[in-house]
Amino acid sequence: MNARDLAAWVRYAAELVSADAERLTRLDAAIGDGDHGLNLDRGFRAAVDALPDGAPPGKVLIAAGRAIVSKTGGASGPLYGTVLRRAGKALGDADDVDAAALGAALKAALDGVQELGKAVEGDKTMVDALAPAVAAFAAALADGTGLAGCVRAAADAAAEGADATVPMRARKGRASYLGERSEGHMDPGASSTALLLRALAEVAGEG
Amino acid sequence: MVGIVIISHSRTLAEGVAEMARALGVGKAVVEPAGGDLEGGLGTSIDLVETALAAADGGDGVVLLADLGSSVLTAKMLIEDADRDDVLLADAPLVEGAVAAASMAATGADLATVHAAAESARDHRKAG
Repeated sequence: MNARDLAAWVRYAAELVSADAERLTRLDAAIGDGDHGLNLDRGFRAAVDALPDGAPPGKVLIAAGRAIVSKTGGASGPLYGTVLRRAGKALGDADDVDAAALGAALKAALDGVQELGKAVEGDKTMVDALAPAVAAFAAALADGTGLAGCVRAAADAAAEGADATVPMRARKGRASYLGERSEGHMDPGASSTALLLRALAEVAGEG
Repeated sequence: MVGIVIISHSRTLAEGVAEMARALGVGKAVVEPAGGDLEGGLGTSIDLVETALAAADGGDGVVLLADLGSSVLTAKMLIEDADRDDVLLADAPLVEGAVAAASMAATGADLATVHAAAESARDHRKAG
């Protein structure tokens, strides 16, 4: 993947978030503060506007992440901003991103989110989608799968991870105040994380 | 003097806490509110927090107090980005932590002492 592919990912992710904003907000209204889709839509629109021309892939993601931090408004601003900025930093100044580099960037993004939010798997957060995605990517890579296949495996694992948050009891964020009443709802952050990885899989599949 | 920044989802909450902290910091403590989003609605704006940090920064360090959720994440992210060791987030309840920090800052105490005062507010029980 090159800088154009990564910019295409940010644009496609913004489209998917926008199309799904109402659903994400509805999920958030059940256990959160009911603004996830709206916030993320605003953040990703800003990210698309901030995409630089002629910059390497890493810088594309860092610029998008910065815009998300400053425009998103909720907890998803710092968290998704961290995802993009840490991934961007991991990619460095290279012009081409191979499967190993992309896998390392996803892992750096997960580490950044966990450092910032202190969530672990099972807390009913975006980590429940991102961590299995990182693991599935690494496993596919170890099997000799190409980049598109690795991202597809990561996207599938993220979607399964998001589904698996439904019965969980939240241990982070507003939902954690609800105790057992947070059970039976999908975590909106896990759901939007799955969406972003699906966007990445589509873009990688076309390349 | 060590400065204090109050980060809240609500502009009026941040201003109210800052008002109380300044009063209990006997009018000497420098307490800057950073509340709400850029439009004045509920939310957190890293830009507003940066502005408040600059205003509170007199060169002796700054203690950040945050209400919850994205306020806390934004504070942590700001500290990481600024790469400064003289800006500290207090792990403390907002009102009690702000009052404790302002009271201590007004004495001319250093950053570590003001930060510790803010965090000590966590253990002040109100019942039982």
